[in-house]
Amino acid sequence: MTPPETSGFSPYEISENPEGGVRVCIRGDMVADNAGKMINDLGLLLRGRSLSSLTVDLKHVNYFDDFGALLLAQLRELVPGGRDSFFIVNASERIRDLLSILHFDSLNIRKVVEKKPSPGMFIRLGDATLRHVSDLRYAVSFIGSICLSLIHICRHPRSLRSDDTVGYMQRVGVDGLPIVALISFLMGLIMAFMSSVQLEQFGANIYVASLVSLAMTRELGPIMTAIIVAGRSGSAFAAEIGTMKISEEVDALFTMGFNPVMFLVIPKLVAAAVMVPILTLFSDLFAVLGGLIVGIFMLDLTAGAYMDQTMKTLELFDVFWGIFKGGVFGVLITWIGCFRGFQVRGGAASVGQATTSAVVSSIFLIILCDSLFSVILRYWG
Amino acid sequence: MIRVKDLSAGYGEKIILDHVSFRVYEGEIFVILGGSGCGKSTLLKTIIGLIEPCSGRITIDGQQVLANDETTMQTVFRKIGVLYQSAALLGSMTVAENVALPIREYTSLPEEAVDLLVRMKLGLVNLEGYEDHLPSELSGGMKKRAGLARAMALNPKILFFDEPSAGLDPVTSAELDELILRLNRSLGTTMVIVTHELQSIFSVAHRVIMLDRLARGIIAEGNPVYLRDHSQNEFVKRFFNPQAGMMGVDPGIFP
Repeated sequence: MTPPETSGFSPYEISENPEGGVRVCIRGDMVADNAGKMINDLGLLLRGRSLSSLTVDLKHVNYFDDFGALLLAQLRELVPGGRDSFFIVNASERIRDLLSILHFDSLNIRKVVEKKPSPGMFIRLGDATLRHVSDLRYAVSFIGSICLSLIHICRHPRSLRSDDTVGYMQRVGVDGLPIVALISFLMGLIMAFMSSVQLEQFGANIYVASLVSLAMTRELGPIMTAIIVAGRSGSAFAAEIGTMKISEEVDALFTMGFNPVMFLVIPKLVAAAVMVPILTLFSDLFAVLGGLIVGIFMLDLTAGAYMDQTMKTLELFDVFWGIFKGGVFGVLITWIGCFRGFQVRGGAASVGQATTSAVVSSIFLIILCDSLFSVILRYWG
Repeated sequence: MIRVKDLSAGYGEKIILDHVSFRVYEGEIFVILGGSGCGKSTLLKTIIGLIEPCSGRITIDGQQVLANDETTMQTVFRKIGVLYQSAALLGSMTVAENVALPIREYTSLPEEAVDLLVRMKLGLVNLEGYEDHLPSELSGGMKKRAGLARAMALNPKILFFDEPSAGLDPVTSAELDELILRLNRSLGTTMVIVTHELQSIFSVAHRVIMLDRLARGIIAEGNPVYLRDHSQNEFVKRFFNPQAGMMGVDPGIFP
């Protein structure tokens, strides 16, 4: 028998068996903290040796857990003869017990398979189409159940959950007012400032008032308000209903005999349909105020002249048209927010996706719907 | 292994546990018992540093638990594993990825070794073949077992269980108890279990402490069988013999 090799303070002792094969004696602990290093070290030390058989001596092992078993499984893989040429000797009863619990004899290393290649373009296209079709079907049936609930509310107004509705009005409208006001004020300020640079060249300063008031009341007021509400409330609706869905609260409502749409969606819908138009009106006012400040302090206009020009430009129809659009956007935001919330399946990640999707879809639909309104107005007006 | 001394804990003004002291010894299965709202979960969360105690001192394996000191807590967290009531698996990862998460983070094992180790851990909890499932595709009992595999991924010295049997059928619950006993025997892991399942308590516990809401602390400590048979405390007696206090159904009303 050749003398054992030890490398410094190494916890391994490797020797050649007289009858062929290698014997490894391991000392100390075989635990999580040193398993990685041991696997590397022993792999290097045993490389190049003829491993007709490998005997691992565990006599001097103090502590052994499943990381130790992992090391043994890795060593067994190095032996060309496999299980028949791999021997464990001097293992304590506790180690043997643990190895049998872990089914050590049947453990085998498998190559870490590469992640499945992503499916081809046509499969993905088909999947996406099917997904969108089923999405659309669900969306239409969701609109149907909202309409049925609304009809029910018209017939039985008492079935509207008024406390919830008022609560949502506060969250959507009152709590959203400061940010809507601030952003609209700044929008008015920017628009007036930018347009004044051009209009000043023609001495047409006064038309800044017309531009700000018309653009804001007809288009930008409702759109900006709707985008802010989509970000604040649409996402909140999706997250709220999504979380209720995964914690089975929606199922509980259903089994208690409540219609989840009536209970969860209608109060939000009514609140948004009422509050978004009001917010739009505030948005118009604050934008005009922003324009007025630029008019007075930069263009040397008087407040009277600016407001006079604003009143001359605006017709009542423009204001109402903007408010009406706000109402439609409010309904859209609630519909999408709640719809995405009800689509949540699984866990927390799904709630995140629903929230993102609610905001993105709402903004897209708001812009799309606004374009439709412009076309309608063009041919109607 | 764990030392709790004069611990007072609660939420804001409300004190739930008042000057509680006890010890958990190495290799022991220690059960914390009590009725609802007596502070079992608060005690567990305080021990593992999720809630800062109002006063008192907790040491785990010689290391003082300081909820606000991140460096200390990192050392403490390496020594413990926790199985939460809802299993708390990360929903966006598969079962295997959940178990591999701490292994990849804290060890330098090659990828195929991690894969084998994960399969070994899942084999220990009888979940072979479920590596690629998402948590949402598992039943309640399977989630608990997967959560346990993740909690013991790095073979912590102490495992904490928050109501391991909650929501499980008696058979699955008994299997989980069997698993706890097996792990305790083979790996020598110290276990701290919060539960009120009588069956579990008698089959696994070496020693129990019982908390009471009114006493705001420990009212009994010892071997569960001994407490059941010899305790003089009325609440302890009722807890271990719930049928004794119930009114029998008059068999005469049934045909």
